[in-house]
Amino acid sequence: MMQIKPILAALKRHKAGTILIALQIALTLAIVCNALFIIHQRLDRVARPTGLDESNLMAISTRYVGMDDKDTGAAIRGDLAALRQLPGVEDVVSINSYPLRGGGWSTGVRVNVDDKKPKGHTTLYFSDEHTLATFGTRLVAGRNFQADEIGEADPKSVGDPAVVIISKALADKLYPDGTALGKPIYIGDTKKPSTVVGIVERLQVPWNGNWSDTFFENAIIEPFRLTGSFTNYLIRSKPGQLDALLKAAPAALYKVNRMRVIPSDRGVRTFAQVRERAYRADRGMAILMGVVCLVLLAITAAGIVGLTSFWVGQRRKQIGVRRALGATQHDILSYFLTENLLIGVGGVVVGAVLAIGMNLWLVTQFEMARLSVLYVLVGVVALLLLGQGAVLAPALRASRVSPVEATRSV
Amino acid sequence: MSGMFFHNLRLGATSLRRNPLLTALMIMSIGFGVAASMVTYAVFRAVSGDPIPQKSAQLFVPQIDNRGPQYNRHGEPPDALNYTDAMALMRAHKAPRQTLLFQVGLSVMPDDAQRMPFKAVGYATFSDFFNMFDVPFQYGQGWGPGQDESREPVVVISRALNQKLFGGANSVGREITMDDRHYRIVGVTENWDPKPRFFDMFSGNAYAMPAQVYIPFNYAVAQRFDTYGNNNCGSDGKRGDDWGSWLHGECVWVSAWVELDTAAQAEAYRQYLDGYAREQRAAGRFNWPPNNRLRDVAAWLDYEHAVPPESRISLSLALGFLVICLVNTIGLLLAKFMRRAPEIGVRRALGASRADIYRQFLAEAGMVGLAGGVLGLVLTGLGMFGIGLVFEPQIAQLARMDVSLVLLTLVVAIAATVLAAFYPTWRAAQVQPAWQLKSN
Repeated sequence: MMQIKPILAALKRHKAGTILIALQIALTLAIVCNALFIIHQRLDRVARPTGLDESNLMAISTRYVGMDDKDTGAAIRGDLAALRQLPGVEDVVSINSYPLRGGGWSTGVRVNVDDKKPKGHTTLYFSDEHTLATFGTRLVAGRNFQADEIGEADPKSVGDPAVVIISKALADKLYPDGTALGKPIYIGDTKKPSTVVGIVERLQVPWNGNWSDTFFENAIIEPFRLTGSFTNYLIRSKPGQLDALLKAAPAALYKVNRMRVIPSDRGVRTFAQVRERAYRADRGMAILMGVVCLVLLAITAAGIVGLTSFWVGQRRKQIGVRRALGATQHDILSYFLTENLLIGVGGVVVGAVLAIGMNLWLVTQFEMARLSVLYVLVGVVALLLLGQGAVLAPALRASRVSPVEATRSV
Repeated sequence: MSGMFFHNLRLGATSLRRNPLLTALMIMSIGFGVAASMVTYAVFRAVSGDPIPQKSAQLFVPQIDNRGPQYNRHGEPPDALNYTDAMALMRAHKAPRQTLLFQVGLSVMPDDAQRMPFKAVGYATFSDFFNMFDVPFQYGQGWGPGQDESREPVVVISRALNQKLFGGANSVGREITMDDRHYRIVGVTENWDPKPRFFDMFSGNAYAMPAQVYIPFNYAVAQRFDTYGNNNCGSDGKRGDDWGSWLHGECVWVSAWVELDTAAQAEAYRQYLDGYAREQRAAGRFNWPPNNRLRDVAAWLDYEHAVPPESRISLSLALGFLVICLVNTIGLLLAKFMRRAPEIGVRRALGASRADIYRQFLAEAGMVGLAGGVLGLVLTGLGMFGIGLVFEPQIAQLARMDVSLVLLTLVVAIAATVLAAFYPTWRAAQVQPAWQLKSN
C-alpha cells in the first residue's frame, strides 16, 4: 500500500488507457449484474412447481366436428370411458384447462355476498372427482368431490357450484386465519355461495406470464364437466406406459368418433412437452443472457491483458531501474496488481451506479423487478477478481524483468 | 493516391501480423459485438416493421370505453368493442370504408371420407376488409356488401387451403363443408400474412399462423359462432347465461377498423365517436364522459406492444455489448499504436505528414474492422440458428439473413472500428519525432 502514490502518478501519465479499462469494467459490471438478475428471475419462474405430479402425465386437446353442442356431454363421457379402458391408463379427466397450458378462465372471488370488490383473483378449473388423482395433487384439508356432486354444464351458462375444492394459496388469501374449510365463497358476481369442501396443497393457474404473478397459485376446481365441442383430456399413465399411450390414446378417441380434430401441433403432448413449450422463452432468455455474460467477461479480461501487457512492455526500463535499486520481484508484481485494483475499484464504483441506472430503465420499460444490491456486490467482487486474474500473467512477466534492463539502450 | 492507399494497406497488414495475439483479440471483440447486435437487430427489424406501409396512416382502430373509470385499465378503453357498439359504428357508416372482425375456428370436412377433418382458423368480417387491407387475390375476389346483408354462406380461402383441398386449381364457385355447413367459394387469396398481424392484435395473433378462411360477419353471428379469439368481460364482467345475453352484453370481442383518408376525416370521426358516447350516456348506458381513442396502425402497434419485450431487451443488451467491444478495441488499438511510437517518429522525421500517419493507421483499423465484420458474419449466421431458443418459433422464422443484413454487418463492423481508431490514431499522430529519435 506504500505504492499507491507512485501508482497514481504513473496512471496520470496513462490517462487514456486507465479510463478505457475502468470504463470497460464499469459497462461490463452494469450489463452482467442486470443479465444475472434476469437469469435468476427467469430460472425462479421456471422452477415454480405446478402442484402436479408431472411425470406419467399427458394431455390431448380435441374438438368435435359437426356435433350439436347438446350432444357433446354424452360424447365426452364416451371418450372418458374408452380412455379408461386402455391398458396403461391410471386415471383420466376432461378439463377446461390445466397448469402451463396458456388459456383458461379467471375471475374474482368474494367471501361476503355484499362485498363490492373481490377479495382474491383466481382461475377456474371445471372437472370431476378424478381430478385430484389425475393431477397427483394432495389434499391438505377436507375431502374430494363425490360422484353424485358432479354435474355437466354448458360453458356459456355455467351455474354456481354447491361445493368447490380450492388451492391452499387461495384459501389463505380468502380466509387468512386458516378457517376456509367449510366456509362459503362467492365466485364472480354471483349471489349464491359455494362451500369449500377441500383444500389442495398447491395448484397453479394455466398462465405463466407476468400478468398472473399476483395470483399464480390461486385455483378453484368446480365439480362440472363442461360440454361444448372443445375439451382437453388429461391422462395419468401407469409408470413406464406413457410412450405407448401417446399413440394409443388418440387412436382410441378416433375409434370412438372419427369426426373430431386433434391438432397436429400441440394436440397430443406429454406434460414435459407442455412445460418445455410454456417456458421456452424464459429458458432461452436465460441461456442468451448467460452466453452474453461469459463472452463479455472474456472480452473484458482480454482487454485488460492486452493493455497491461502494453504497459509492461513500455516500462521495462523503469522496472529494470527499480529492480536495480533493490525492488524485489514481489514488489513489482504487487505494483501491477495494486495498479489494476485501483483502476478496478474506480470502474466498479461507476459500474455500480450504471447497473442500478440500467435496472431502473428496465423497470420502466419492461415492468421488471428492482435489482437487489446483492447482485451488484457479487458483480463487483467478480469483476475485481477477474481484473486481478487477467493482470496476473503480464504482472508476472514484469516481475521477471532483469535489473540489467536498466542499463540497456541508454 | 490509390497507390498510397494500397501502400497503407500493406503497412497495416505487416503491422497486424507482427502482433497476432493483439490482432486476434481485436477481431474477435469486433466480431462478437457486431454479431450479437446483428442477430438481435434481425429479430427486431422483423417485428417492428410496418405491416401495411402504403396505408398505415389511413387505417384506424376506434376504441370506445364501455367499462367506465372504475373498471377500465389505467384509464384506457378496452382493446376491442362489444357487439352493440361495433354494430352501431357499422350502421352509422361515418367512414368511407369500415369493417369488423373476430376470429373463427372451423373444422373443414374433406370430400374424401378417408381423410380426417382438420381445423381452419380465420376471420368473420365485412366485405370492406379485402379492399381496406389490400388483400391480393389468386382467383376471384371478396364478397360484396350485398352478401354482408344477405348473410350468405360464402367464403374466401387462402392459397394454402386451396392447395390442400383443390390441388391449387381455380376453386371459385365450388363448395366446401365446414362443420356441418356448406359454403360457396368466392375468392382465393394469394399468400397474404402481414407481420405483425396488426388487425388482430386483440386476440394475441400478431405472429400466429396465417388465416385460412374469411366468412361474412353477419352470417357467423346469425349462425351463433362463438369467437375463437379473445373474449374480455372485464373484472366486473358477466358473460351472461346464454348466447343472446352474451351477444348484447358488455363483453368485448370484436375488432373494428375504419379507413379515413384525410386528417379532417379522422377528426370528424373522433367527433362522431364522442357524440356516440354522449348519446349512450344520455340513454343511461354509460355514466361517464366520453373516453374514446382512434389510433392509426403505428400508434396501435405501439400501444399493443407488437415488439415483444424479449426483442427489445436483447437488442438493448446487444448494443451495450457492442459498446463494450468498441471500448475494448479502442484500448487495444491504443496499446498497439503507441507501441510503435519509435516507428512513427522515424516516419515523421523522414517527411511523413500527420495526415499520412492518419491514413496509415485508419487503413490498418479498417482492415481489423473488415476482418471483424467477416467473423461477425459467420457468428451472425450461427446466431440465426440460436434465435429459436429465445423467441417463439413464429417470430424466429421471421428473422432472416439477407443481402442487406450482410452489408449492414460489414458496414457496422468497419465503421465502428474506424470510429474506435480515431482516438488512438490521433494520439499516434501527436508523437513528437524529435523526442522519439532522441530517446532511442
